[in-house]
Amino acid sequence: MSIRHGLLALLERGPRYGFQLRTEFESRTGSTWPLNVGQVYTTLSRLERDGLVVPAGEDDAGHALYAITEGGRDELRQWFASPVDRANPPRNELAIKLAMAVGSPDVDVRAVIQAQRVHTIRAMQDYTRLKGQALEAAAGEPGTPDRDDVAWQLVLDQLIFQAEAEARWLDHCETRLVRLNALSPRPEADDAPAPVPADEEAESAAEEDGGLRGALRRTRARR
Amino acid sequence: MSGQSAQQPSASPAAPASASAPPDAPVLRLESLTRVHGSGATEVHALRGIDLDVRPGELVAVMGPSGSGKSTLLTIAGGLDLPTSGRVIVEGTDLTTATRKEIAALRRRSIGYVFQDYNLIPALTAAENVALPRELDGIGARKARREALAALEETGLAELADRFPDEMSGGQQQRVAIARALVGDRRLVLADEPTGALDSETGDTVLALLRSRCDAGAAGILVTHEPRFAAWADRVVFLRDGSVVDMTLRSSAESLLTGGAAQ
Ligand SMILES: Nc1ncnc2c1ncn2[C@@H]1O[C@H](COP(=O)(O)OP(=O)(O)OP(=O)(O)O)[C@@H](O)[C@H]1O
Ligand SMILES: [Mg+2]
Repeated sequence: MSIRHGLLALLERGPRYGFQLRTEFESRTGSTWPLNVGQVYTTLSRLERDGLVVPAGEDDAGHALYAITEGGRDELRQWFASPVDRANPPRNELAIKLAMAVGSPDVDVRAVIQAQRVHTIRAMQDYTRLKGQALEAAAGEPGTPDRDDVAWQLVLDQLIFQAEAEARWLDHCETRLVRLNALSPRPEADDAPAPVPADEEAESAAEEDGGLRGALRRTRARR
Repeated sequence: MSGQSAQQPSASPAAPASASAPPDAPVLRLESLTRVHGSGATEVHALRGIDLDVRPGELVAVMGPSGSGKSTLLTIAGGLDLPTSGRVIVEGTDLTTATRKEIAALRRRSIGYVFQDYNLIPALTAAENVALPRELDGIGARKARREALAALEETGLAELADRFPDEMSGGQQQRVAIARALVGDRRLVLADEPTGALDSETGDTVLALLRSRCDAGAAGILVTHEPRFAAWADRVVFLRDGSVVDMTLRSSAESLLTGGAAQ
């Protein structure tokens, strides 16, 4: 999350001081990304070092103000114009966990999927309740909607859509694993209990298994 | 599947079997519910022992893979089908022992049902479709129309009240079906994929509406494949092969979004 650019965007409305930036940042994003004031000042000093903001005196109460520079405006324009990098390491833990689970004969993959699904949908329920409250509050207020309220609703939607993508992906995994018959630790049928395959045997075992593990292995090898 | 249209208008409303129940008594109770379709080699165990209570104010979402028994559960809860064994109690009336007439009265008066395929009557306008269950219930035509227009307004379709189903888009027809299920004072609202033809914004509007009905004291079940719509529910029940495999409760406030997040 780019605190730098968030602060630049707020400063574009006019000079502000640190605590004020923090408050505005949080009200715009609904405290989804809580900032402490220390982070704000560290970020401001880096922005100053890079020539994107300059000190702009004090207000009547003696707060040190900062103002955006032309360079800062360029940086901000560029930020709005470029897509956010998709590489997002934390999310991948789930993909890695599932890939590992599929490759481990003793793991009940379906249970792994279900546990994650419950967790994800529960988070969605929380976000959705907040969204319901936000929509209700907005409906109760006449006139043009407050921009900060709208921003907050959009942030909640983003969280919901992101969680939804995860839940859908989990559904997709389960459906595919069912089709490939690669789910439970081992089918409870009376075929011989599968030994943990040694590396060379794994390939052929995987083929019998519906090819999923082999497919994963091949995909990995190709990378 | 029989729709609202198949109901016989009865001259005198059947006396409800329910005695005075505590206010928090479940509106719907399913006990050890099973449903077997067919027999012998083609036997399908669509439901294998489901227990579920839905109380006033509660919205329950049912999710699960295709064929897991979601629609079967809903049709039985709505009195459109009977279980092979177990009990279905709606507002104190056991549907497995009630007469057809009692079930019909309950469906007309207490149960709102949104069908997966809308089930609108092609020869009636949107407003007439929505007003029909109320008219069958014996309230005056003018009052029924007024209620129907209010329900259509809530689903954002006020301007389309006098159109026929074949003059509306799929999503608009779906919203008419939802208005029909919500019109009047339904205690139990059952919705089978009510958002299938809706974009996510319209789907949210419909879910917010369903949510507010439940907040006002109705009990609801929502069958959906869409996690984002299921997330409006108080509980999400996961079905697989006719059994409940898991359930989420809405967590209390200890999520990452507390601390002043909700204003
Ligand atoms: N009338 C019927 N005769 C025979 N089998 C049936 C009948 N109705 C449903 N089934 C079977 O019962 C099982 C559950 O069906 P149901 O319609 O409840 O699934 P569902 O969870 O609603 O699926 P979907 O998500 O695809 O709508 C399925 O295996 C289905 O084939
Ligand atoms: Mg179905």
